[in-house]
Amino acid sequence: MQMPEPNAAVLARRAQIAADLRSLLPAPDMVIAAEDELRAYETDGLSAYRQMPMIVVLPETTQQVSAIMRYCHMNGIRSVARGAGTSLAGGALPLADSVVIGISKMTRVVDVDFANRTATVQPGVTNMAITTAVQHEGFFFAPDPSSQIACTIAGNVAMNSGGAHCLKYGVTSNNLLGLEVVLPDGEVVRLGGPNLDGGGYDLMGLFTGSEGTLGIVTEITVRILHSPEGARPILMGFDSNEAAGACVDAIISSGIIPVALEFMDKPAIHAAEAYVHAGYPLDVEALLIVEVEGSDEEVDRLLGWIKEIAQRHNPSYLRISTSEAESQIIWKGRKSAFGAVGRISPDYYCMDGTIPTGQLPGVLKRIGEICDGYGFEVANIFHAGDGNLHPLIMYDANKAGDLEKAENCGADILKLCVDVGGCLTGEHGVGVEKRDLMTYQFTETELEQQRRVKDVFDPAWLLNPHKIFPLSARVGRLGADAAPAAAAE
Amino acid sequence: MAPDAAGRQPLAPETPDALADIVRAAAADGTPLDLMGSGTRRGLGRPVAGNARTVSLRGLMGVRQYSPTELYITVGAGTPLAEVAATLAEKGQGLLFEPPDLRTLLGSAGEPTIGGAVATGFAGPARIAGGGIRDSLIGVEMVTGRAEAIRSGGRVMKNVTGYDLTKLTVGSFGTLGALTEVTFKVLPTPRRMATLAVRGLGDGDARALMSLALASPYEVTGAAHLPAAIAARSEVAALTDGAATLLRLGGFAESIDYRVGELTDHLETAAQIDVLDDDASAAAWAEVRDVRALAGPPDRAVWRISVKPTAGPEVVARLADLLPDVLYDWGGGLVWLSLEAGEDAAASVVRGAAEAAGGTAMLVRAPDGVRAAIPFQAPPTGALATVIARLKSAFDPAGVLNPGRLYPET
Ligand SMILES: Cc1cc2nc3c(=O)[nH]c(=O)nc-3n(C[C@H](O)[C@H](O)[C@H](O)COP(=O)(O)OP(=O)(O)OC[C@H]3O[C@@H](n4cnc5c(N)ncnc54)[C@H](O)[C@@H]3O)c2cc1C
Repeated sequence: MQMPEPNAAVLARRAQIAADLRSLLPAPDMVIAAEDELRAYETDGLSAYRQMPMIVVLPETTQQVSAIMRYCHMNGIRSVARGAGTSLAGGALPLADSVVIGISKMTRVVDVDFANRTATVQPGVTNMAITTAVQHEGFFFAPDPSSQIACTIAGNVAMNSGGAHCLKYGVTSNNLLGLEVVLPDGEVVRLGGPNLDGGGYDLMGLFTGSEGTLGIVTEITVRILHSPEGARPILMGFDSNEAAGACVDAIISSGIIPVALEFMDKPAIHAAEAYVHAGYPLDVEALLIVEVEGSDEEVDRLLGWIKEIAQRHNPSYLRISTSEAESQIIWKGRKSAFGAVGRISPDYYCMDGTIPTGQLPGVLKRIGEICDGYGFEVANIFHAGDGNLHPLIMYDANKAGDLEKAENCGADILKLCVDVGGCLTGEHGVGVEKRDLMTYQFTETELEQQRRVKDVFDPAWLLNPHKIFPLSARVGRLGADAAPAAAAE
Repeated sequence: MAPDAAGRQPLAPETPDALADIVRAAAADGTPLDLMGSGTRRGLGRPVAGNARTVSLRGLMGVRQYSPTELYITVGAGTPLAEVAATLAEKGQGLLFEPPDLRTLLGSAGEPTIGGAVATGFAGPARIAGGGIRDSLIGVEMVTGRAEAIRSGGRVMKNVTGYDLTKLTVGSFGTLGALTEVTFKVLPTPRRMATLAVRGLGDGDARALMSLALASPYEVTGAAHLPAAIAARSEVAALTDGAATLLRLGGFAESIDYRVGELTDHLETAAQIDVLDDDASAAAWAEVRDVRALAGPPDRAVWRISVKPTAGPEVVARLADLLPDVLYDWGGGLVWLSLEAGEDAAASVVRGAAEAAGGTAMLVRAPDGVRAAIPFQAPPTGALATVIARLKSAFDPAGVLNPGRLYPET
């Protein structure tokens, strides 16, 4: 992994910088500079890459974040924001000369407003904690990434995270109302507001999914929704991916939009079943989990219709969940699927491309062939309703060359997604992981326009500068590195 | 198409390349361009500054790709909205954001285009459930002020690759780029609709009732309040007699009766509740969507105020001296208000009230003189103003795309 050349002058001032930062913050333990304590910040969910940061700061207020950013801005110091560190794209990977701004102390739910159906929270609040704060009144926060117990709302905003239920409820961006953001020069601005569509440029929309490169979000107002009366899934097994794909098309053509429509292939089913004992059938090639919402009667009716549609596609297995407990275990199998694959393979590499759903069977076949070509097993888990694929390439990092091979294999899969009309990443983000593939999806003109947007917010490229864009492409930009050099482990 | 004040015909490119040539030439000699679809919303925003050359984007039209099972449609930006809607309706689908038809309100004629809808960014009553244009627009192609054709997004609904420039185009009034192609996520339209019309409530009580309805599990897809004077103007006979608070339910026929019953119980109100069937519902919501009740008289100024729902009636109460006509949508969070235009459409009072509640006020309609004198929306200040100005010049360094239409300086 190529990393930008660390700024030697900044590194030489490390002790002074730590002292300066301490003077900006009320308690000395909010600045971490000891090597053994920094270790916890050297990587994220993409653990193949590690890079120790120079210093970590753990502010508690917007004003403190602003003071830190202003200081870094005035002194030409790079910084990287960090939530819970669950990014699968290396979004939170530090730089050797960077100050990591961790938001783990900013965990207050500031306001819950049921009459206006909003919650305002600090950035370090976890995705799940928002729902926890509002569920006593029957509300929930809709985006539900599988990492929701750990990941922060700031990370969700930065990555525009999705989840299994976004077919109906949308991704993070669709569930936001307003952001408070500290710009790289320390200025504090509000984007969006407590209201909908207030007019003017949708800077909140631009900021969401900008992967911590345009500013640090310090407060978030989200929309909360009232929970449905009930929800239950149906499990459907098929002898081929083609049959499962055709069934997905048929369900959608019928006018039924389930809240979730998840697909697992045979290796994924086996891994999940061995781990969670969700009662998945083991003798099928493809499994669909289709969930609908409403009153008991409505759910029964919709599931009945879906069952009828499915029967035209010769399912080898059909089971409608009949209880809350059964539904929970079915979902647990799906949400633990990454971990389950982690148990059967020394390592796995999780991809995240999106394809037009009609391409499903063909793409799955090609993914199998691509992985075969590299000698890897693959398990496929994905959001079939919206075409967001998660092939998990199983490899062994202890085998020489295996990681690099897995990365090449993953790149081939992502290029395939682009070739069939899709994109490189549906919800995990580009990070460091996919930055070199950006030229495959975008023209140079398009990438340059995106970099101009980065210039608007961060002219010196000090905030998370090594993400999203190929390093080489930044040559000549103010403050950016002319020659990428150092390599992270 | 009508010639401009200088007698010149609008330029009418039929391909993105031809459009890029026009923009390139304009940027080279600093000629402002006044971009339009069919011109039905030319009355929105401020008149474009300078001796602008009009460019019609109507020629960039046609349905390019529509995949009902993949739930997306790609169309040229100049395609009439009606054509998009008809194409989708053939497969029982529709645009989620329920685009308003503002011709009656703005007193304009012509076939509204999809590109114009995106650039102006207005969503209808379904905004509270199906989201705004920002939420269903998943891809764009545009020509920037640098005369460069770029794409953002694509045709898949889950896509976080690179910056979301797609959302930036919504409501940007063509100041960053001229849209040439747009792609939307689409969904099946509800098979049946029904509306509960709760009668005789004052604004505050109506707002509280709408909050209650929206905090129910019954998936209310529209919540609007028509004070008595507005309800009286309705062409839906059942609505004309007294204030009406409308709550819309949509879905499969079998669910609707059940939900009407449940929602009625949930409201626990002593007020009379009339239930509008499918056709009457459609008619009532089209009136709300298009703000028809405020269309006349045409010399009155019309404001669009966006606030948090609980603040809607509060803002209106503070403006009572202006004797406004008022229509509430989005559960109280969208307030349409018409008043005597006067010199300045009472801009400072209206904006003051909206901003005190954390919201914004747009001057949607006013006589020409007032429109020229009063910003369309409050100009940004501080660090935000800097970001906006820099963003504009990142896309349009020569400042030739619709200069001044959205923000005074951009
Ligand atoms: C097992 C597992 C399952 C997952 N499942 C899903 C899934 O279903 N859907 C999905 O979308 N993702 C999923 N992810 C990915 C990951 O959880 C999300 O990307 C999540 O949003 C990251 O949140 P975080 O708090 O961990 O952020 P981090 O990993 O700490 O950071 C992510 C990015 O956010 C930036 N950032 C952090 N804080 C701020 C801030 N305050 N202001 C600005 N930028 C900031 C960082 O700089 C970085 O670029 C999964 C990950 C794991 C490990």
